This record gives sequence, C-alpha cells and structure tokens, in this order.
Amino acid sequence: MSVLAPAGVVIPTFGGAPSSYACERANRLFCPDWVSKNWSSVLWPALRQHVLLCVVAVAIGFVISFALALLAYRRRAVERPVILISGILYTIPSLALFEILVPFKPLGLSDRTAEVALVSYTLLILFRNIVTGLREVPDEVREAARGMGMTDRQCLWRVELPLALPSIIAGVRIATVTVVALATVASYICDQGLGVPILAAIQDGVFKTELIAAGGLAVALALCADGLLVLLQRALTPWARAR
Amino acid sequence: MHTLLDALRFIGHNGALPSDPAAPTLLHLTLQMLWISGVGIAISLAVGLPIGAWLGHLRRFSFVAINTSNIGRALPSLAVLAIGDAILGLGLTVTEVALVILAAPIVLTNAYVGIADVDPEIVDAARGMGMSGWRILWRVEVPLALPLLFAGIRTAAVYVVATATIASLAGYNGGLGYIISDEQSYHLSGVLGAAICVAALALVVDGALALVQRALTPRGLRLERDLRGEDVDALVPVTAISPS
Repeated sequence: MSVLAPAGVVIPTFGGAPSSYACERANRLFCPDWVSKNWSSVLWPALRQHVLLCVVAVAIGFVISFALALLAYRRRAVERPVILISGILYTIPSLALFEILVPFKPLGLSDRTAEVALVSYTLLILFRNIVTGLREVPDEVREAARGMGMTDRQCLWRVELPLALPSIIAGVRIATVTVVALATVASYICDQGLGVPILAAIQDGVFKTELIAAGGLAVALALCADGLLVLLQRALTPWARAR
Repeated sequence: MHTLLDALRFIGHNGALPSDPAAPTLLHLTLQMLWISGVGIAISLAVGLPIGAWLGHLRRFSFVAINTSNIGRALPSLAVLAIGDAILGLGLTVTEVALVILAAPIVLTNAYVGIADVDPEIVDAARGMGMSGWRILWRVEVPLALPLLFAGIRTAAVYVVATATIASLAGYNGGLGYIISDEQSYHLSGVLGAAICVAALALVVDGALALVQRALTPRGLRLERDLRGEDVDALVPVTAISPS
C-alpha cells in the first residue's frame, strides 16, 4: 500500500522523455511556466483542501474546548485532567500521531484520521486560553453584574465571555496557525492539502519548482491566516486598543 | 488493533527486519535521532538564549523579540523543509537548518519574556546592592526567569524531535524516519512501532528537561513554588508554544 500517491501531478521526467520546458528539464530553482500550467490542476485544489481541513479542525476543536472550558470554569476539578490529557496529546509529534491513529477501524488512511489528529492539537491551546480568559474577569465586574440582577447564564454570556474575548481569540489564532502547519504533514496519510505536492515533488527526484511553489503557498497561507485573525481580534475587541 | 499489537512486537524485537538482517536496529535509530535532535537543540539554544536574555535584560526591542517567534511559530515545518530541499538539496544540513529556524525563535521569545517580566523592583534592589548589569542578569534575572526559559527550551526540544521525524518525509533518511519513510519494507506495523518510539522519545526528552529544570532552580525559589502549589507548566505563555 503506497501512502504517497502523486495524483495527476504533471512532473517533468528528468532524463526520460524530453519535457517541453527547458527550465523544468534543467530543474532550475523556480519555473513560473510550470506554476501557471499546473495552478488549476495541482496547486489550487491542494490549497482549497488545505483550507477546508484547517477550518473544520479548528471549528470542531473550538466546540469541544469551549464546552470543556465552561465545565472547568464551573467545576475546578475538571481542569487538571483535561490539561494533563491534552498536554500529552500536544507533546506527541504530529507524524507519529497521524500514524498511530491509522490502525483504528473507523479512521484508516482518510481525512477523518487527519481531522482527529488536528483537532487533538487544538484542544490544549483553546481550552487553556478560554479558561484563563474567563478566570481573569475581575471579581468586581462579576459582582456588579450579579448586583444588577443577572442570572449565572446572563452573566456568562453578556459579561464574562465578552471580557474573555481577547484571550479566546488569541487562542484561536495560535490553534489556527498550528493546524495550518500540521495539515501539511497530514497529507502523508490522507492525500489532501499542500503536503501532497510537496511530498510528490520529493518523490519525483526533488522537483524544485513544485517544492518552492507548494512550500511558499503553505507559508503564505499560515502568515495570512495569522494576519486575518489579528484583524478579527482588533475588530471584535475595540476596547482593548484604547488601553 | 492487530497492527497495534504487531507494532509492539516490532518494538520488542528491536526493529528486526526478516527480509534484511543488516537493517539498523530500533535502538540504533533512536539514538541517532536523539543525536540529530540534540545538535539542533544545542544550536537553537546557542542562538536563542543569549539574544533573548540580552534583549530581555535591556527590556527593549520587545516587538522584534516577540514577533520573531510569532513568525517562527507560523512557519509550517514541512514547508520550510521543502523550500530548504529546493535550495540546499536533500540531507542532514537541510534538516538541521530547518530545526534551528523553527526552534530558535521559541527559545528566544521565552527567554525574552521570562527576563523582561522579572519584577523591576527586584532588579532595582540588585542594582542598589551594587551589582553590575552582567551579575544582575546572571544572578537575579536568569534564576527568576527559569520557569519560562525552560518552558521555551522544553517546547523547542519537543518541536525539534517532531520536526526531525518529519525530515524523513523530506528526504533525510536518518533516525527513526528511516523506518517511517520506508513503509514498503517495514509495513504499517513497523512504521507504527517507530511512530510510538518517536512519541515516547518526545515525552522522555520533555521529562528529562523538566528534571534538569528542577535541579537548576535555586532551592529558595523551588520552596516558594512548592508552597504556592503552582505548576511550572502553567507559566508557559500561550503566545510562545507550538508543536510540530
């Protein structure tokens, strides 16, 4: 069973059948022609899959962490075990975790396995940031809300969560960037994302243009995601800037 | 689940490969991996610690110090390896360069934040006692910043072990990656056995560094922390951690 299947990638064959492009035959550092020729068949689908993998992972991770964090906020006893388990998951190297998950029956070599691993990496960051954000709400604020006659639920949704927002979004930002990076490795087991062209290029005798194009896209995607989330953070918490 | 049992058996047989008696043993590959990672960590420390500590001591250039790690954290390791492969060619050099690019910023930022966050009154008191800048850094700020310094070092070390594994996908065939990238001979059970060893190695390295941290922490600070019942891990700033 081959894990690395270069799906429909147009690669010049070095020394074999002559390629129509001299640049690719010589395997120069970067051939713009190859990129424009393969953008719609190789790079763009990989980029789209990559974004989808990441969005799904962060969304699921957020829902799980949010529920656990609210629970831990009310019952402190929950916090320790969650931190311990998610901390161990976080320490396991990604490639190892992806592979350890493969033999489990409903997972196998699929994007489900990738998602499970990616979600498990978001838990520690998101959980810790949400709990910290909620804990750092000043007691006076909480008492004022109570004094205004708010119930626990109202206090949580209208006072505590908005005040915890900077910390929560900071967590989402780190989780997203982490997942974007790890999703390239996920391609080893699920044939999706920007790792696919990277791995294919290495298998096909280090095809430099594809390495640079796909690697560059992954780096650009990570930096863009980081930048967009900074903007989101500013837009959602205008009061934080005033200080 | 059968595969999982086979993987454990593979570890029990020290990675023996029936089809190739000359194949390196699991122990040999694990030690090689430890060596590759050790070199990467050592270079990252040599680069990150002095710069981070000195900037933290000056309490200046916080923008640079913190954003180095933000960018370092955002870089996907496989992408860095891929671009490195294209420029430098496959091999150990690319792996070590990528390890340092990814790990040094984490060390640097944690060193910066740890030292810059030392209570300024304590630093003033030290200066009032006639200590020089160098002595303040070495005798006051570094001991107080140890939890964060080590948080950075431990995170970076785990990151390095993980990236050294990924390097096997990007053309460097040493360490446990030798098995992980050769599924045809080792089958899924062998690859899985190696993956379990990588995970164990990461946890062992992390634990060993935690012991070093405990040994280096002055007894007074250790006592104070025990009394407060504070977990050292809890002091990792979430802005400065990242797996690979």
